[in-house]
Amino acid sequence: MGRPDPSRPLVAASPRWGERVIQVLLAGCAVISVVTTTVIVISLLTPTLGFFDEVSFGNFFSSDTWAPTGNPASFGVLGVVMGTISTTIWGLLFAIPIGLCSAIYLSEYAKPSVRRVVKPILEILAGIPTVAFGVFAVTFLSPEIGDLFPGFIKTPPFAAGIAGLAIGLLIVPIIASISDDAMRSVPGGLREGAAALGATKLKIATRVTFPAAISGIVASIVLAGSRAVGETMVVLLAAGATPNETFDPGASVLTMTAFIGRTATGDIATGTIAYDTIFAVGALLFVMTLVMNLFAIRLVRRFREVYE
Amino acid sequence: MPRMPGPMAERTRLATAGAHAAVVGNLGRQPRGDVWRGNLFFALLLFAVGLALLGLVALIVQSALKGAPAFSTDLFTEGPSRVNPDQAGFRPAIIGSLYLIAGVVLLIVPLGVGAAIYLEEYADGTRWWNRVIELNIQNLAAVPSIIYGILGLAFFVRGPLDLNFVVAAGSLTLALLVLPTVILAAREAIRAVPSSIREGSLALGATQWQTIRRQVLPASIPGIVTGVILAVSRALGEAAPLLLVGAATFVTADQPNPFEGGYTAMPVQIFNYALQPQDEFRVIAAAGVVVMLIVLLAMNSFAVWLRNRYEQQW
Repeated sequence: MGRPDPSRPLVAASPRWGERVIQVLLAGCAVISVVTTTVIVISLLTPTLGFFDEVSFGNFFSSDTWAPTGNPASFGVLGVVMGTISTTIWGLLFAIPIGLCSAIYLSEYAKPSVRRVVKPILEILAGIPTVAFGVFAVTFLSPEIGDLFPGFIKTPPFAAGIAGLAIGLLIVPIIASISDDAMRSVPGGLREGAAALGATKLKIATRVTFPAAISGIVASIVLAGSRAVGETMVVLLAAGATPNETFDPGASVLTMTAFIGRTATGDIATGTIAYDTIFAVGALLFVMTLVMNLFAIRLVRRFREVYE
Repeated sequence: MPRMPGPMAERTRLATAGAHAAVVGNLGRQPRGDVWRGNLFFALLLFAVGLALLGLVALIVQSALKGAPAFSTDLFTEGPSRVNPDQAGFRPAIIGSLYLIAGVVLLIVPLGVGAAIYLEEYADGTRWWNRVIELNIQNLAAVPSIIYGILGLAFFVRGPLDLNFVVAAGSLTLALLVLPTVILAAREAIRAVPSSIREGSLALGATQWQTIRRQVLPASIPGIVTGVILAVSRALGEAAPLLLVGAATFVTADQPNPFEGGYTAMPVQIFNYALQPQDEFRVIAAAGVVVMLIVLLAMNSFAVWLRNRYEQQW
């Protein structure tokens, strides 16, 4: 190689069109995500507006009967929203203590060697398909719990509590993994300072690390809740099909997702008002999870900003 | 407090804050029997971890026990049956799932990696449109899968694309569903490549794209492949959106045409068997769960192993 030719400019004389084209193509790939969201909103909104042309807001939000195919039809969405809230609450009641205890164990107590084994196992188990949890709930949890507590399940094998238990099992890895990340990002100085003043390991874990990581912990719970609200296969198999405005864990309930799944696979003709309810319920589901997701994303960002 | 320079100041500040928190926590009543309490707490933690692992182990063991009577080659060679459990299997479902996954891979690899490259290498993170894209992807990763089913129904099955209930509609829907997973994993892999590699390449006269293609991408391949495998295994196990885009039909066809005719998929077929009232069908459903668990756990283990094995220390 000779010396650089001083008459040759260092900057390329002509714009590199190939580079520009590649950049635009790559940007196009990224924009697909925005397009996806837009398409979701359009595909939910258009039929929902048609739905509200025929059904009043009052009927949708305050009527207490959910019977879209009944005669007369009634569209009190609370009937299915309560079902969703019931299975979600039972799931979270199981998953929060277990998930948080697992997170405290992993971040504060477990030896690195144990961590290296348990953490990937949690990750791998998070990949079990939800239909497997549904089959497990209906072929194992429901008969076993029915034997243990006779009369607990009103309409065997379907019960909100059984579906909740299976959902809880499914979301434990979410809570454990995100909370563990949050607690591990708490700087060691906080723990060392507390230990220097004589705080026990228990006190450090519960009064120093846990409060310091609270935003990440809340985010993990909200994300898990959002996942539980949107869970479909477990509730389709184990929660039942009767709209029921109750939080009784032994009662069969119809959740929003189960309603969408059942109606879409049923014999209802497209273009009817009963068919449009899929989209109205879907829109409500989307809004509920969107609020939860955005809240969780904000919280996660905050703990990243504070400690990283 | 006088300001000290350097990282020691930060450490001191944090230690002081920790000390403060401990003092506040300990003031008032000094604990007695700390050892006893600590051990009890530790036992509680172990109990919780044990319960979570026990639940998951119970799921796997119970599926295996329940499905054991149905394990035979019939499971892979027979089609669905509503009347005769002896002749019920997963053949069309397995073939359908393979077709679906082929479509998903074809879509998510270029789109996911392309988006990740743009966001990590080109995008100016302070611009509002790039922040919108990032927030969007984070939210899409948490949108319920059945909502993607509604999108597929309204846009791919009917509406603009009007494909009807075909494999291609299922692939498109699943691809959109797992795209955020691929993008997030690929971004992390690309971000892990140190900037000195890029600067060195650029200093030697390579263009930005040459730098990405010859330096950044090869270095981040293991992370990207891990992300793709995790995404594919998620798509393979997902049933809810497929219920809405047509995979619920009772299919016996062997070779689905991607753009014509009905199809079914493994998780949907398991769901259909589990819905049947006769216990024999639930046995077949459990056997199907075992087949899926073996495939998915093998895929996920391989992905996690791959990432840990090739995690490069720069």
